[in-house]
Parts: sequence; C-alpha cells; structure tokens
Amino acid sequence: MKVTKEILDEIAISKYEYDEIVKKLHREPNHLELGLFGALWSEHCGYKHTKKLLKKLSEGSDNLPVKLGEENAGVIDIGEDISIVMKIESHNHPSAIEPFQGAATGVGGIIRDIFAMGARPIALLNSLRFGIPENEKNKYIINGVVSGISYYGNCIGIPNIGGEVYFSDTYQDNPLVNAMCVGVIKNKKIMSAKADQSGDLLVLVGSDTGRDGIHGASGLASKTFHEQDELRSTVQVGNPFLEKILIESCLEAIKFDEVVGLQDCGAAGITSAAIEMADRSNLGLQIDVSKIPQRETEMNAYELMLSESQERMLLAIKGDGFNKIKDIFQKWDIKCEVIGKFINENKINIYQNSKKLSSTPISALTNPPLYDLSRKKPAWLDILQKTDLNKLEIPTETPKNILLEIISSPNIASKKPIFRQYDHHVQTNTVIEPGGDGALLRIKGSKKGISLSTDSNGKKNFLDPNLGTQIAVAEACRNISCTGAKPVALTDGLNFGDPEKEDVQYQLTESIDGLINASKKFNTPVISGNASLYNESNGKSIYPTTIIGAIGIIDNTDNYADIKFKEEGDLIVVLGDSTAWGKISDLSGSEYLEKIHKRVQGQPEIDLDLEIKTQKLCRLGIKNKIIKSAHDVSDGGIAINIIESCISGGVGAIINEDIVNRWDAALFGETQSKIVISISTDNFNELVILANQNSVPYKSIGYVGGESIKFSNLLSISLEEVENEWGSSLEKLLK
Amino acid sequence: MNIGIIVFPGTWSDKDCFYSLSNINKQFCEFIWHKNEQIILENFDAIIIPGGFSYGDFLRSGSIASLSPIMDKVKIYAKNGNPVIGICNGFQILCESNLLPGTLIRNKHLQFRCEWSNIKVENNNTIFTSSINDERILSIPISHGEGNFYADENVIDDLEKNNQIVFRYTDKKGIVNQQSNPNGSINNIAGIINKDGNILGMMPHPEKACDELIGGSDGNMIFQSLINVFNKVKQ
Repeated sequence: MKVTKEILDEIAISKYEYDEIVKKLHREPNHLELGLFGALWSEHCGYKHTKKLLKKLSEGSDNLPVKLGEENAGVIDIGEDISIVMKIESHNHPSAIEPFQGAATGVGGIIRDIFAMGARPIALLNSLRFGIPENEKNKYIINGVVSGISYYGNCIGIPNIGGEVYFSDTYQDNPLVNAMCVGVIKNKKIMSAKADQSGDLLVLVGSDTGRDGIHGASGLASKTFHEQDELRSTVQVGNPFLEKILIESCLEAIKFDEVVGLQDCGAAGITSAAIEMADRSNLGLQIDVSKIPQRETEMNAYELMLSESQERMLLAIKGDGFNKIKDIFQKWDIKCEVIGKFINENKINIYQNSKKLSSTPISALTNPPLYDLSRKKPAWLDILQKTDLNKLEIPTETPKNILLEIISSPNIASKKPIFRQYDHHVQTNTVIEPGGDGALLRIKGSKKGISLSTDSNGKKNFLDPNLGTQIAVAEACRNISCTGAKPVALTDGLNFGDPEKEDVQYQLTESIDGLINASKKFNTPVISGNASLYNESNGKSIYPTTIIGAIGIIDNTDNYADIKFKEEGDLIVVLGDSTAWGKISDLSGSEYLEKIHKRVQGQPEIDLDLEIKTQKLCRLGIKNKIIKSAHDVSDGGIAINIIESCISGGVGAIINEDIVNRWDAALFGETQSKIVISISTDNFNELVILANQNSVPYKSIGYVGGESIKFSNLLSISLEEVENEWGSSLEKLLK
Repeated sequence: MNIGIIVFPGTWSDKDCFYSLSNINKQFCEFIWHKNEQIILENFDAIIIPGGFSYGDFLRSGSIASLSPIMDKVKIYAKNGNPVIGICNGFQILCESNLLPGTLIRNKHLQFRCEWSNIKVENNNTIFTSSINDERILSIPISHGEGNFYADENVIDDLEKNNQIVFRYTDKKGIVNQQSNPNGSINNIAGIINKDGNILGMMPHPEKACDELIGGSDGNMIFQSLINVFNKVKQ
C-alpha cells in the first residue's frame, strides 16, 4: 500500500509515527491495520503527550481497588460493602461541531464507563465552558449542548445534580463539555474489562453498527480543526432509550458468573474496546467482523472496526455460558452476538467470514511513542503575573451599580435556566439540589451520603497553571466540606490546547504537578480522568482548564449544611480569615477584574495548610450541629457569596464590619480558603473554641435578617432587586 | 395493600414508586414486566403506571407503551373499577390508551422542566385525595418535556363540570395564575380522574416527594388517601 500524507493526516499519524509502526511490525501495515494504529495511537486513546506525566499521578491510587487508568472508571470503598465508581470525560470536539448530539453522546459515553464497572449510575454532573452568550453562534452552541444533556440524561433516569458553567471568549470556537458520572456498587462485585482465559467469547450487545463516528478519536479529538462542517459526519448520534435498557440488561447479566468482563465501546469503537480488553487480560483476540450486526449495507472491515456507533457494550463470556446470557438480552429486545474469542497469542486476528484480513501484535498497537514535554515558562506569563493591581483605578460608578453589573454577568447570575432542564430528583436521593456548593445524595439503606462537586477556574489556571490547579482542587473539596462531607477522591478532566506547542506543554506539565501536590495534601487520590488536547482554533488555544470532580462522604445525612441563611438574628461568621473583606491581591484573575476592567492578570494565591484546617473546622461545626449554613467564597467574592445565601434562604443580611481598604477588592476579591457560615448566637462560643483548637482564623461579621442586604456603610440593596437581576440575567442572554 | 408497578422498557420511576410505597408507606409492592402474560392484575389492589420514557417517547410519548399486551389487561382491570394511577409518562400512557380524556403535548416553552411545583387539590372527594384537606397546597416535583394538558373545549368543560380536575398548578398561596403554570396546560391542569373516579393521571411525581430529607413528603398524602380508603373498605 502506498502511504500518502493525506492518508496519514486523516488518521492524525505523523511520518515519524508511521516509521515507528513499520519498525514494530517489520513490514508495512495494510489499510485495515493502519486504521487500528490510527485509532490506538491517537492522542485520545494513546495519551502520547500525557502518559509520562500521568504515571506519577497514578501513584496516589496504588492502594485502591482499581489503579488510575487500569479500568473504565475509578472505584472507592466507602464501607458497609458500598463502593462508589466515578469518572469525568470530555466530549469537546463533537460538541463544537454538533452541539446537541455531541453533548448527548458525551453523557452516554460516561454512563457506559460507569456501568461497565458493574455499578448502577446514580448521578451526573456537567462542567461546561462556552463563549459569551451575546453572540448568536455561541447561543446556538449553548442551547444545543444543554438540550443534548437534558435529552439524554432525563430519558435515562439518572439525576443531573450539579456542575458548573462558565463563559469566556477563550471558549468561543472550542466549547468544553465534560460530563461526570457516579455509580454505586452495593455487593462489592466490581466488574473488570477483562477476559479470564483463552476460549472466552467476545460478545457485542446493543445497537447495530453504522458508519457514524469513524475517525472520531483520531481525526476529531486528536488534532485542531478548521473546517467544522466537513467533520459533522464524525459525530455520533445517541439513543438514550437504548442506553437505558442496555444498563438494565447488563446489570442483570453480570449477576451471573458466566459474564467475566464488561467493556464499553467508546472512542475508536470495537477496535479500542476489544484490544484494550485483550491487552488487560494478557491475551490475544480473534474477531469476525461479518458477525457484527450492521445498520448499513456493504460496510467493510475498516468501517466496522472503527465505527463509533453508540450504545454498544462488549462482554467477555465463558465459552459455555452464552445461551444463558443471550436470554437476558432477548428479554430486553437487545441484540447479543458472539463476534470473536480470546486466544493465547498476543495478536489480534481479524477475519471477514473465513478470510483473514490482518494479524497484528497487540503490544505494538497498545504502545504508541510517548513524548516528553517542555517545561519552559512563557515570558508573557511573567508579565501578566507581575502586574501591580494596586495601580488599578477605582471605578467612578457607584458600588451598587458595579455590584449589579457583576451579578448580571452570566458567570455569576443564577444557572437555574440551565439546570431546571435537567431532572435532578429521579432516584429520590437528592438532599442538596443544584444551585448550592456541593450536591448531596443519600445512599438508601445507609446513614451515609455522598457529596459531589466539579470545579475549575480557567482564568486562574491560565495565570498560574500549577497554583490554579491546586485552587481548583481546593475549591472542589471546599464545596464538599461546606455540606459537611469529607472529600475522599478526585477525578480530573484535562482540557488543553495543542500539546505540540511549548506554551501548552508548560501548562500541561505545571497543571499535573499542581494536581499531584494538591491531591497528596488533601489525601484525595485521583482515581480516574480524561485528557482532551488540541482544543485550539485558528492558532489560538483555550485557557488551560483542569476540571476537578470531587467526591466526599458524610457519615450521617441528618447532619448536613446547605448555603441558605435560615433564621433572622443568626450570626454570620467568616472562617479561614480574620476579616470579611478581600484584599487587592485577591482580585487576581477575578470576575470583577475581567468584567469591569477587561483584564485577566495577577498572581493567584493559596495556602493549602490554611485551606485544609478551615475545611476541617467547617465539617466539624456541621457535624456538631452548630453550623446552620455554609458557603465558600469563590467567583465574585464575598459580596456574591452573601447575596447567594440570602436569595436561597429568602432573607436579608447586615454585614457590619467596617471596610478600611479599597471597596472593590473588599467586595469582589476572590479570597481562597474562606467559608461564610451562619450560626445561632448561642453557639458562637462553642465555635470559637473549635476555631482556636484548630488554629483557624475567624471573624463574626454581621447578622441574618431584614429584606435587604447591607454591606457596611458602603451600600444597601433590596433582596427583591438583587434577586430579580441575579435570577433573570442568564435567561435574557440565552433568548 | 398489594400494589402492582408496571415496567416498560424505558420506565424509570418504577424503583422510586416501589421505594415510596414499600419502604415509606409500608405497602406490599411488586414489579410487573410488560411482557408478563401470566400475571393476573386482579390479584392487586391498585396498579401504578410509573414515569419515565417508555420506548424512548418515540412516535409520541406513551403511544407505543399503550399498545403493549399488558395494557389490554390494565384496560379490563380499570373498567372493572379498580384503582389505577398513571404518573407522568404513566398519565401519557393512560391518555393514549383512552382510559383518560385529552392528551399531553410539548411544554409551551419547548423545554424540559424539572422543579418543585405547587399543586392545589381541587377535588378531595376521590379515593386518591380523600385524606387531604381541600385548602392544602402540595409541593411535588415535576419532570417532563411533554406535560402540557390539552383537550378540546367540550372535554375541558366536561372535566370542569364533573369535578374531574383533581390537581391544578398554583403559586405558593394557592392562586391559579400563568406564572405558576410550568408547561402551558389548559386551566393549569396537573392531574385528572375518569368519570368513575378510579383512574388518576397526574404529571407531578408524588413518589419523588416521599421524604423530608429529599425536600418534602407531600406525595405520601396521595398514596395515604388510597391506603386509608382501602383499609376502611376492608374493615
């Protein structure tokens, strides 16, 4: 076969990599084999630019049931024979091209990863990034993505309980759609995506295979793109109904020991799924593509192996157990076909009927070249970090007008217009609904509950990829601690630009270093994750966006806190700081700085020791039933924090601490490690004792009450006015 | 009570109904697979058709499920005066099966809506509402994209005249207005019964409001009404 640059470009393989393939095979690959290499050596499947970095990250999961990267998702044991499975995954490129189906199939894919572990999916979260909604194309993408998530998640009956949405020009042509799914296993029977032994059958269940999504992994997710329309056919189409019955039938089938392995067909379809299974089992594989149920006529082996048709799973079944398992799928009217078997040789042999099309060493396919990344800090970053924010002009507008402007920013305004389109009640476990800090779910049959959160701040990550990532970990954990739950594990969604560029390499290496450090400090191992690179258009990369999904455990769901101020007269107290107000350096990478001054500058800061102590104190206060509400200071600073607790509680507040520094930094500084709580005045002494015992600074700053919110003698605003602005802004923008 | 919960492919509130009726309201429950030809529905004291997306809402929500063999049994069961509750997709299936009048079309704003709705009990002289004070506003979640109740004028007049409108969307104070109508339903209709009073269809999910821990337990009042009536008759 003559290999041309066009052929290699189509599968995103470089000339160097092609030569490596030839070296490994001691011959030229045929067309079908080239397709297999293109898929498995793609950035999406092969992690060519991140594998070396992630190896260090995986050490944190050494003592867990499943090591990072070894199975479809990570697992933690929370006691009482309950295991929790979780993972976050991106579907950025498909969503840029076909927002509705791209987002829908992103949700479908992550759900399959979870039930492939034998878990019943119990929650979805979404971390979304879009261009600003003032532009028609962005509105089309936003509405498409949200409807796609709504369509898939609602139909399937998994509550969508949280996440975040941010808007920035940096995501204009590269929206980020990261979906996280959490599942529960109650009998400790964790499934593995492996076969037991040679002779086990490879069985395909679910949807028929069509020509959709060919080159999704290699062409779409592994290079930057310019002509979006040409790529639309590489986006798959989802059928949540089929996925729902696939969940039920698979969970029924794995009750039987005849099913030894379960694996989802995701990126690169059967190629990646089957070969990964064989690789994990230290076995080879023989596949007859003519046995794959087909949706279209005359599909060739290349298409059948690389199609990314959705809602398909692979099972490894003991040789004599097939008929028993087939009956279960028949009950659900789902197709179930033997398409191959595991063999004792380290090869994948592909047949079409009796004709042998290829025979390729699995070790060659699963070991792409790995690249080292530069750690050179870009000079422009130094300049941004060293900006003296003291020179920032104080706005001539009144503080109240500035406050209203910040509140109406789509990044600050209520996200209800989005999350009310997602079912967040189904399965009847939702204790804290979307709109607070962390979500909280009960676990039926136990007193325990789990809290979930996703967090990332692209601007802070951009200004300092290392500290920015640590801040994302701290915030995700802080959200969880504010419910009373203790953070126990993380999942990471790495979203970056072109890894072949030095600046992006610096961002990647620094972010992963930051993640390793913070994950160790918090004692929250990273148990699963995903990397999406090449998020770049017309030479411009997105902000480095490390999205952190965190899970925490609460021992007794009777003692939890939410963000709502509860009772008039309750004391408002700040934990983790000795003042209510922010300082000038807290404006680094803040919403205020970008919205009002049109700048993304400064050096973000965090003290992880203070962070950990403050979170611990917050959890302790909730456990001891002293703390009635807890809400962390984040985007928009303390002003927004107080307003959110007032609006959700339906009551005003008076913050009476004097403002001595600049009012803009005081109100809108995004101080880290800071939690605002409300308590009954009777319990203040007990709180003080706890704070002193844990060496955490605190300050009583005011009272809950009234129908307006008063920030010292600086400004007062009626609850009604602020609620109207906060509640209606995003809806207006999305119309 | 012995309650049968019908499961179609795509049903998802079956387990929530089971949890609410069995674990919270302490009744005996059993799932009924839609292909079960041997099942005798008359052995059950009530049948629930739960919510979800039976057959993926393909064609029209509820339309394919209404043709399933189990629905022939449900029709006979209901025509004999036995209690049947259709929740959300179950309501849509009951309409498609002509067990209830009218139909449920796409929400007026064209979006899916999940939120706590306030519903007012308009008729507490039914087996599903008899234990609820008629001034009581219930807080029960909705979760649907096609919950906009529609019927022609004569049907609506009939429903109003015969007191068949059991629940209406209201604001927190019980005032029926456009702001509290989450989907565009005619006259803010949230739930209706048939003329004989044994078949209830409602869009809000009472099984999702079963526990204070998850935001409220008003849904239990509907199930408890039915249980109380059943226990009284049994005595």
